[in-house]
Order: sequence, then C-alpha cells, then structure tokens
Amino acid sequence: MDLHFGDGKPTDEERAAVDALLGPPESSWEGADRSDADLRWARGGRAARDRRDLLLPGLHALNDRVGWISEGGLGYLCRRLTVPPAEAYGVATFYAMFSVRPRPATVLHVCTDLACTAAGAGDLCAGLEERAGSGVSVERSPCLGLCERAPAALAVRAGDPVRTAVAAPATVDEAVRAADAPDSAPEEPPAVLAVPQAGQDGLLLLGRVGVVDPASLDDYRAHGGYTALRRAFELGPAGVIREVTDSGLAGRGGAAFPTGRKWQATASRPDHPHYLVCNADESEPGTFKDRVLMEGDPYALVEAMTIAGYATGAHKGYLYLRGEYPRALRRMEHAIAQARARGLLGDDVLGQGYAFDIEIRRGAGAYICGEETALFNSIEGYRGEPRSKPPFPVEKGLFGRPTAENNVETLVNVLPILTMGAPAYAAVGTERSTGPKLFCVSGSVERPGVYELPFGATLGELLRLAGVRPGLRAVLLGGAAGSFVRPDELDVPLTFEGTREAGATLGSGVVMAFDASVPLPRLLLRIAGFFREESCGQCVPCRVGTVRQEEALRRIAERTGAAAADDIALLREVGRAMRDASICGLGQTAWNAVESVIDRLGAYT
Amino acid sequence: MTVTPLGIPRRMLEFTVDGAPVRAPEGSTILDACRAAGKDIPTLCQGDTLRPKNACRVCVVEVEGSRTLVPACSRTAEPGMVVRTGTERARHSRKIVLELLASSADLSTTPGAAEWIKEYEAKPDRFGPDAARVNEEPRIDNELYVRDYAKCILCYKCVDACGEQWQNTFAISVAGRGFDARIAVEHDAPLPDSACVYCGNCVEVCPTGALAPKTEYDMRAAGTWDESRQTETSTVCAYCGVGCTLTLHVQDNEIVKVTSPHDNPVTHGNLCIKGRFGYQHVQNRG
Ligand code: SF4
Ligand code: SF4
Ligand code: SF4
Ligand code: FES
Ligand code: FES
Repeated sequence: MDLHFGDGKPTDEERAAVDALLGPPESSWEGADRSDADLRWARGGRAARDRRDLLLPGLHALNDRVGWISEGGLGYLCRRLTVPPAEAYGVATFYAMFSVRPRPATVLHVCTDLACTAAGAGDLCAGLEERAGSGVSVERSPCLGLCERAPAALAVRAGDPVRTAVAAPATVDEAVRAADAPDSAPEEPPAVLAVPQAGQDGLLLLGRVGVVDPASLDDYRAHGGYTALRRAFELGPAGVIREVTDSGLAGRGGAAFPTGRKWQATASRPDHPHYLVCNADESEPGTFKDRVLMEGDPYALVEAMTIAGYATGAHKGYLYLRGEYPRALRRMEHAIAQARARGLLGDDVLGQGYAFDIEIRRGAGAYICGEETALFNSIEGYRGEPRSKPPFPVEKGLFGRPTAENNVETLVNVLPILTMGAPAYAAVGTERSTGPKLFCVSGSVERPGVYELPFGATLGELLRLAGVRPGLRAVLLGGAAGSFVRPDELDVPLTFEGTREAGATLGSGVVMAFDASVPLPRLLLRIAGFFREESCGQCVPCRVGTVRQEEALRRIAERTGAAAADDIALLREVGRAMRDASICGLGQTAWNAVESVIDRLGAYT
Repeated sequence: MTVTPLGIPRRMLEFTVDGAPVRAPEGSTILDACRAAGKDIPTLCQGDTLRPKNACRVCVVEVEGSRTLVPACSRTAEPGMVVRTGTERARHSRKIVLELLASSADLSTTPGAAEWIKEYEAKPDRFGPDAARVNEEPRIDNELYVRDYAKCILCYKCVDACGEQWQNTFAISVAGRGFDARIAVEHDAPLPDSACVYCGNCVEVCPTGALAPKTEYDMRAAGTWDESRQTETSTVCAYCGVGCTLTLHVQDNEIVKVTSPHDNPVTHGNLCIKGRFGYQHVQNRG
C-alpha cells in the first residue's frame, strides 16, 4: 500500500489528542521528529495496519478535543494508523456525531423524535435557535434514549476532558444552561426513576436497579452479584450452554434467535480467537431499557458478559455502547475498571484460570451500527455498513472470527437463568416465549418508563400499568421498525408468537402510546425521515426507496381517499421491494410502520 | 490470443434453476450457474474482475427457504438449492430497483439500462418531477479522466478497484451516508490533490460512465463519440517490461480510449497511467 498524505498539519491539540490514545509516535514516518533510524527503516506494514480498529476511537479523540475533525488532524491520525486518508474520511463522514467542517466547541443535540415531538420538541428547538449563543451549535437529533423524560437534549462540549450534560425533560432555559455550563448543570435523576415498578418483588432483570449503588462492586455482591458466574464455573462452558438452551432464552434485540444455539455454534468453531460482542447501541427510537440497565446495574452486564465469554470460548468482549449515552459510558467504564482491579476480569477471573476482558467501543451516532454486522465493521474501523449474510457472525464475525453477539437485555437474562436454574426460568412466561421481557413505555401515559413483565401479559395490561391516558388513538409496538396497532387490539399477548399472529412484532420492546392529539401523518413523516437519514446508503432499494417513501408521504400528508390512492399504490410497490431486496433489516423493515397505518389504522381512507 | 488459465479442477454440485437441474463447479455463484445455463439476469454492480458488493440489487432471485430475495451475483450456489429467476416477486423488485435508480441518477451512458427498463416495464417518471436526484456537476479537474457523479449508482466497483482488490492505492472511498453518500477522495478534494495515481482502473470498471476518459467525455459532449465507427486492436504496451496487453479503441484513425482485456491473465483489465493514458505520442503527427 502506497499511502499519500496531504499537506495538512495537525494542531498541537489534535496531535496531543491522538497521542493520548496511541502513545507518542516513534518515527518520522508517523509524525515524530526525524531521527537517524528513520533513514534506515520504514514503519508501517502489517503491524501498524493491524491497528485499524483504533480509527473510531481516534476520531472520537479528535472530535472530543476540538469539536470537529480537521484535515490536518485526520491526516495525522491516518499516519499513525497507516489508514488511507480517503477511507478515514469516508468513515468520519458516516457518523452523525462527527463533523469534518469547523463548528463551535459545544454541540447541543436536541431530540426531535416521536416521544419528544409529542412532548413539545418543536417549540424547544425554536426557542433554542433563538437563545443559543454563537458558541453553541444546535443540532436536531434522532431519539436520545431518554423518552421517559421527553423532551430531551444532550450537550457535548469539546475539550480535555470532553464534558457532557443532559437536560430532560428540557425547557429552553435548562437546555441553554446545560450547553453553557455543562460542568454545573444539575445532576441527572437516578436511573431508578425510569423504573416505575422499582421496589416490587419478583423482578428478575430490574430487581437491583435503585437497590444497589451502581458504583459499588461490594454492594453488587451483597445483592447476589457474581453468584451466577460462580455457578457458571461449576457447570463448565458446555454446562452453561445447556442451561441457556434449556431455558429457551431468545434474543431480545428483535430477531428472537435462540441464544443457546448461537452460543453453541460459536463455541464449536475450530478457528480462534472467538469474540463476544455486546450490542449496547440502543438506537431504536423509543428504546431506553439498555441505558437504564447499564446506569442502574452496570456490574450485572459485566458479569453476564463474562459468563457469555466463558461459554463461547472468547477471551475478549467488546461492549459497543451508543455514543449518546454519556452516563452509561461512565458507569460501565467504572464497573469494568473495578472488576478488573478485583480479579473479576483479567488474566485469571475469580482464580479459575479463565482470562477475559472487556473493551468499550463508543458509537458515534448511527442507528445502523446496531445491525450486528455493521457493528463489526464499525469496531474494525470501517464504515458501519452491514455485511451480506451468509457467512453468519458465528462463523465469520468480528475480525473475521467466530463471534457471539447479544444485546444487553439478552445477556442480563443469563444471570437469573444460572441462579434459578433453567427449569424455573423457563416456567416464567409462555411455552414458546420464556422468561421476563422489558418494555419501554412512553408517549401518552402517566408513568412512562421501563417495565418488566413475564412474556404473555397483554398490551392492555401493560398500558394500564403505565396509566394510559384517555383518548388512545394508536400504539406503536416494536419501534420505528415495528408497527402500529389499534386501541381495540389491546388484548394481543406480548409474546413473540402472539404478536406475530397479530401481524405485529415485539421488536426491541417499544410501546409508544399516542392519543388523538397527535396527527398520524406527522408521525409517519417522522418515521420515514428517520429511515431516510439512517440508511447506510449501500443498497439501492433502501438508499433511494426511503427517499421515495418520504416524498410520497409528504404528498399525501394532507390528502385522503382517491387523491392519495396513487401514492399509496406507489408506497406499497416500493415498500414491497424494500422488504424483499434490501441487504439488511433497516431497509427490510422501513415500510412496516407505514403499512400498518394504512392497513390497520385506515389512515388516508 | 488470450490465454485462459485452467485452474484446479473443482467438484460439481447440482441444484435447480427454474425447475431444471443444473450442474456447476463448487464455489460458483448462482449468477455463474444461471448464465452457464443460458439464463439472462441483469447486473450492474457485479463485475467480471471484482468481488461484487451486491449493492445494486438488480440481480435478485428467489431461493426456496429464504425470507428475502437473494443477490444472484454473490450468493454461492449450494447443492440442492431451488432457485427461481423469473418469478413475479423477483421481477417486481428488479423493476422497482430500476425505477429507483433511473429516477435518481442519469443512466444515459449505462450499457443495458435502457433495454432492462423496457423489458421490466419500469417507469422511472412516476415518482414525479420533484423526485430527489443526485445533482452533481461533472468534475473536470485533470486532463485524464472526468468524474460525473450524477451518473453514479454507488456500485463500489471503483472503490474496490482502487483499493484492496486491485490497485492498492486507496484513493477513493464512499463518504457520507444514505442518499447523500458519494464517491470521494480525502476531504472531497480535486483529484490532483489526492492520492490518485491515474491508473484509470476505476474508469475501467465503472458500469455507468460516471468515470470516463476525458477524450470520451469531450467527444460525447461534442456529439462525435460513435462506437459503431470504432475499431479495437490488441497490442502490447511498450513502456515497461511488464508487457500489459492494451486494447486500442480507434475512431477515425485516432486512438480515443485504451483498455485492457479483463480475461487477460497479466492485467485482468488493469493498466497503469502510462499504458492507459500515455498514447498521445503515437498520434503526434506534427
Ligand atoms: S438496507 Fe439500508 S441500511 Fe441496510 S445495507 Fe441496505 S442501504 Fe444499508
Ligand atoms: S463512480 Fe462508477 S464505479 Fe464508482 S461507484 Fe459510481 S458507478 Fe460505481
Ligand atoms: S501499462 Fe504500465 S505496467 Fe503495464 S506494461 Fe504499460 S507501463 Fe508497464
Ligand atoms: S429521547 Fe426523544 S424520542 Fe426518545
Ligand atoms: S449485480 Fe447483484 S446486486 Fe448488483
């Protein structure tokens, strides 16, 4: 590879930011002063290229320090990593949180997604654009995962260190205060406030949220922490996989794939190393359960990842955490460091001779990186574009190696499986959907938040629990990729099979209630806009189809009946091709919600 | 003469295409097997010298047991597979993809596009006059080739040819995301400021004419480009010892373009700046 670097020079700050991540450069080939040795050898080649996966952290380092990524800064990072600048530019421009153009050091991300819009994000944005000073750039953002406290805003101020502050529910004043002085902005309320059931008996997943001190490993152990890992060591890897298989645990990320089978398939691959990846890139609009788990019970995830790594034969786990979750990031960083210091991660976990460690990778604002193979590309330092399958991750996943990827909620289920035993766990829920399930309820309800219910409760029961307000018009089930159901369909059982029979899906567990005050066409436009913005752009049905879908919805937003018929026919035809011919789930599901509004809710007729 | 390497013999596998049994060497794609069986499937992002990115989705077929349609260009055939190439479902997706492409990009110089649009009865106009298009001005910033991204369908072929699959220069990549994604060099600079070495291998593989030699671009603009009046002559490049095979495209006794045969075992269609663009001295009749 014959790399060409432009003339742009990094500033001292940019150089310092990159060096803080990679250590000082060794040779003039990568930006140090020239030494005698440089005349005799050239750096680069394989060893340096192997560090390509540090590209995303490197981009974060630059963006965190100066607020955007300049040509000189990017060039220096590329030299250090032997990454071609064109490719790094392609990666940097893929993520919404990075900018390759100068911008103010403080960026205020204001959520304009469904729950926040319903709660007045429009006025908030208008007010902020008037009030925010020149040192703040106000950017409209997709769901920030704070829907229970809508409307939400996240301020990020570049510097050393980078500072963040969250305002939710936000008023113009509070958002401005967060942006102007992130250090002195009021503390976020504790995670437990997002759990209306907190304190109730029998919660298997949320039981410790609000009960334990999320910073204290001792407190975690005092509340049953690390008994599951001990049990795992007693059972051995094959025994753990057997328990998980017998428990009937299915992935909670939307695809509902049996977790035991995935682990078994990974564990049995002869090529090594194996990797474990925890998908904490919770970006589905309306979803915030993983955030609440990581903020309220971070050690549970550390323990669960360790068990998963042990079962699948991995010695390294990556936690891919969405970039918009500063508090979850801090909590998980702290928990991992504590666990490492106490011998619960590292070369010899619990003195059992098993080596395992966890590395956090921060996303940078791209919904598509929640797709399992896009996530691998993102970690590896490539554009977060999904790969085509087969090959499947259990064969060729992260770095081309056998990889088990699970989301946060799935992994956390492993703890009760091991402590209760598979039969007791499988007795919760229904025969085909076992265990407890988390739901993120928001919108027109009195008590928005994360709810834990055994599979099989009905949508109506869940909504009653959350205090649904009168005048319910529609419920979005499963998020932007899910579908709307009518108020007369509330007896649908919340199970994989029950929702499927009803022509809906549980997806990521989103339950968003809308009353009659919210115009459906506007909601749909927002969903369509979301998919258009979040499409990676790789395949034609999705890249262009999402644009055509939004255009058609815009045209018919004000129309019904015959005037809309042509565009509805067009939506159907395009939607069908997107579902059939797109590479990944994003394009395949982008038409679900729209279709459900036309067919189930009878909008536009 | 073109030498075709024979390679190692491979086992044959059997599966069905449109109800008829076909045999194909192990490792073949569905597309290979279909073409060998005489079935025509349209392709855009697939290339004979590159691993397809399977991004355009015009080659989709139905495979029994698969929830979605499958790209024939990149899915390897498996024994016992049941493939259907011409079903209503597959044809529907191809038609829509052609409509989406033709409504957003300029396919006027894409070989095959017009025929497929007719064959599949695609109507790109039906998205209305306001449908978003890739509106890009042609970039003419060097004497050798022009980048006219209004014609680009983002097939990734140029990226792969410039990068790890052939040239190893990595001067271009995709930047941005979604409908705003574009082929770009670092910081979207003009070509002369980039890492480009002007081998023109990206031009060679581009299926749409979005990348075109400056000669061709100028002649098209002047209305003088006429392939029916062109002859192709194979010869050997005399610049260096590699000895690449060149194909000279000659119109009215002038070399208008240089390519290299894709099935040539030396070049596989690739050349360097000298072989591809350095022919002016031949016609220097001053
Ligand atoms: S479906 Fe959309 S997000 Fe998925 S690969 Fe295609 S363009 Fe990218
Ligand atoms: S410029 Fe040509 S080769 Fe490159 S992506 Fe566009 S259409 Fe494909
Ligand atoms: S095309 Fe380039 S590499 Fe090939 S023979 Fe000519 S000068 Fe040599
Ligand atoms: S935080 Fe605004 S919709 Fe989720
Ligand atoms: S030719 Fe197969 S997807 Fe493009």
